[in-house]
Amino acid sequence: MLQLFKFKGGVKPATNKAQSLVEPVAVAPLPSHVAIPLHQSIGGTPRPIVAVGDKVLKGQKIGEADGWISAAVHASTSGTVIHVGPQVVPHPSGLTADCVVIEPDGRDEWIARNPVDYRSLAPEAVRELLREAGVVGLGGAVFPTHGKLTAAKSVPMEEMVINGAECEPYITCDDMLMRERAVDVVRGAGVFRDLLQPKRVLIGIEDNKPEAVAAMQAAVRATGENFEVIAVPTRYPAGGAKQLIRVLTGKEVPASKRSTDLGVQCFNVATAYTAWRAIAHGEPVVSRLVTLTGNVDKPRNYEVLIGTPMDELLALAAPRSDTDGILMGGPMMGFLVPNFKVPVVKATNCLIAHSDALFPPKAPEMPCIRCGECARACPHELQPFEMYWFSRAKNFGKTQEYNVFDCIECGCCSFVCPSRIPLVQYFRFAKSEIWAREKEKNAAETAKTRFEFKQFRDEREKREKAEKLAKAAAAQAAKKAAEAQAATSAPEPVAPSPLDADQAVKKASIQAAMERAKAQREAAAARNTESLTADQQHEIEAIEARRIAAFGTDETTEK
Amino acid sequence: MISAIAVMALGAILLGAALGYASIKFKVEGDPLVDKIESILPQTQCGQCGFPGCKPYAEAIAKGGAEINLCPPGGAEGVRRLADLLGREVKALDAKEKPKSVAVIDENTCIGCTLCIQACPVDAIVGAAKQLHVIIEPLCTGCELCLPPCPVECISIEPIVETVDSWKWKYPVIAITPTDTPKAA
Repeated sequence: MLQLFKFKGGVKPATNKAQSLVEPVAVAPLPSHVAIPLHQSIGGTPRPIVAVGDKVLKGQKIGEADGWISAAVHASTSGTVIHVGPQVVPHPSGLTADCVVIEPDGRDEWIARNPVDYRSLAPEAVRELLREAGVVGLGGAVFPTHGKLTAAKSVPMEEMVINGAECEPYITCDDMLMRERAVDVVRGAGVFRDLLQPKRVLIGIEDNKPEAVAAMQAAVRATGENFEVIAVPTRYPAGGAKQLIRVLTGKEVPASKRSTDLGVQCFNVATAYTAWRAIAHGEPVVSRLVTLTGNVDKPRNYEVLIGTPMDELLALAAPRSDTDGILMGGPMMGFLVPNFKVPVVKATNCLIAHSDALFPPKAPEMPCIRCGECARACPHELQPFEMYWFSRAKNFGKTQEYNVFDCIECGCCSFVCPSRIPLVQYFRFAKSEIWAREKEKNAAETAKTRFEFKQFRDEREKREKAEKLAKAAAAQAAKKAAEAQAATSAPEPVAPSPLDADQAVKKASIQAAMERAKAQREAAAARNTESLTADQQHEIEAIEARRIAAFGTDETTEK
Repeated sequence: MISAIAVMALGAILLGAALGYASIKFKVEGDPLVDKIESILPQTQCGQCGFPGCKPYAEAIAKGGAEINLCPPGGAEGVRRLADLLGREVKALDAKEKPKSVAVIDENTCIGCTLCIQACPVDAIVGAAKQLHVIIEPLCTGCELCLPPCPVECISIEPIVETVDSWKWKYPVIAITPTDTPKAA
C-alpha cells in the first residue's frame, strides 16, 4: 500500500453530499435557448465564426480558438443562431461578455462525429484535436488541457495525478461521473498517460466516496491499466491540485513554481472523461455534469448542455419558494451568480439554490484579534492575518512579500475566522489590484519607450532634413557658380540638377553641366571665327583698323 | 612628530584618492529623483500639466518649480504617491479626474490626412495619406493630442469599458461616508 502524506491546515466542513447522490445522473431536457459564452477558458477569447440566422448542428464549432492557450467552443444543440453579442455571464462581476445564443430546433442533431484512434496520431495532432474539441480543465480553473499535455524537457515526468477528490461540500458531479462512467475516465487518463509518459498514474479520491473508489478500481482492472486508485483522507481542500499532489507523492510545489517543474501533472476526472469523448467518440465538449442541490426538493446530478439558462435548469430540482439566489460552485469557493438567467458554462460544476435559512447571513465583521487560527487552517502555510492587514491598508508590496499570489482562495481562513473577517475577499482585492497596477506600469513603460523613440526619430528626421537642405544649398551655389561661369560666354541655361539627388549625382551633374558649358563656349567661339566669308573678314579687319586708329590701342575688352 | 604627520598625510592622501576614484567610478548619471518621479507619472505624454511630456514635468517637480497635482491622468492616486516620494503635502488634483480612455476614429469621416499620426506621441495611429487611419488600442494612452489637428473632427475619446477580464475585486471595507439627507423619499 502506498504511503500517503499530509498537507498542513485544512478544515472539515459538513459535506452535504448525500442529498444529491440518491438519484442517478439524468439528462436535462432541451432548454428554450442556449447562450454559449465564447470565453470559457483561460487564454485567448475565441472568435465567433457564426452569424445571426445561421443554422448550426450540435457540436459544430462556433468559436475559433485564438492562440495556442485557448480552446474552441461549440454549439451544444442544433438550431438557429439568434444573437451574437454581449450577455450577462456567470462571473462575480455581473458584467457581460460575448455569447452566441442559439434557439434549439428540438432535433438535437449532431454533426458528423469522427472517432479517431489516437495511437495512430502524432502527439501534436492529439493536442490539436483536444484544442479543437474545446477540452479544458473541468475542475474549475478551465485551463486548456492540451497546454498541460507537453512534458517539460528538463524534468522527467514522474507522476500523473488524476484528481477525483472533489473536496468541496455539496458537489457530487465528479463522484457520479466516476460511479457511472469510470471506464471512460480511465481511458481518458490513458490518453494523457500516453502523451506525457509518466512513470506512475495516481488517481486520488477522497475516502468519503467508497462507491467511486470501487468503480474506478473495477474500471482500471477492466481496462488492464496499471493506474493506482487511492482513497485519500477527507479534508478540505484535499482536491486542490497542490494539496493532492502533496498527499499522493509527498512533493511540495514551491511558490511561483509549477508542478511540472517537479515532474508531476494533475488532471480532473471530468477532464479525462471529456478528452476520451472527444477522441473516441468525436464529441466536442458540449455538455457536462452539474450538481443541483441546496435549497431544493429534488437534488440530483444532471447532464446539462453548455449554455442552458440556470433558472430553467434549477427548476428541474424544484427549488423551494424562499430561494433567493444561485451559488455557482461550492459554498467555500463559489459565488452568487448575477441573475437567474445566466448560462451554464464549462466551469459550472454545481448550482446551489441559496436561501438565508440554508446559508445564514454572516454577522458583521469584527476586528482581527490575532488568534492565528487562519494561519493554522491555511493549506498553503501562508499567514492570512498578515496578508489581511497589508491588503486592508492597501500596502500591496508587503502583501506580495507574504506571497498572496500563492493563495488558492480556498476559503479555509474565512471559514475558521472567529471575527468573521472575509479574508479571501481581501486577498482577491489585493491580487486584482496588483495585477491592474502591473498592467498599468507595463503600459506606462511601453508608452515611454515609444515616446522616446518617436522623439529620437523626430530629431533624426530634423537632422537629416537639415543636412539635406545644406547639401541642396551647396549644390545650388555650385550650380549658380557654374551658370555664372557659363553665362560669361553662353547665355544658354544649363539643365538644373534635381534638388534632392544625392551628393554623387549632384557632383556628376555639376561636372557635366560645367563640361557642357565649356563645350558650348568652345563651340560658340568656333562659330564666331569659322565659316566667315571673305567680305566679312575684310569688314572685321577694317573695323579693327578703325578702332586702333580711334583709341590708339589694341583694346578689345571694351565693347 | 614628523613621522606622525607623514602617516596622517599619507592616510589623508590614500583616502582622498579612494574617494576621488569612487566618485568617478560610481558616478550617477542624471538626476535619480527625476527618474523616480517619472516612474510614478503615467507616461501619457499628454502635456495637460503644461509641460511638453512626462519627463519635463518630472524635471520641473524635481527642481521644485512645479506643483505635484498637475497630472490629470495620474489622478489622486498619482498625487498621493508623488507626495509620499517627495515628502510634500497631498493636494487636491488641479483638474477633473478622467477615466482611462482611448481615442476612436470614426471610419466614415476620416479623410486620411495623416495629421493625427504626426501628433500622436506614442505612434499609436497607423495609416497613410488618403487611407483610413486606425488607432492601435492597446498602445493608445488617451492623451487627446490627436483631437486638435484633425480637420474633420473624426476622433473621439471613449472611456475604456470594464470587461470580465479587466474587472477588479472591490475593496471589502465599506467606508462610512456622510451623505445628504435624501430629498422626499
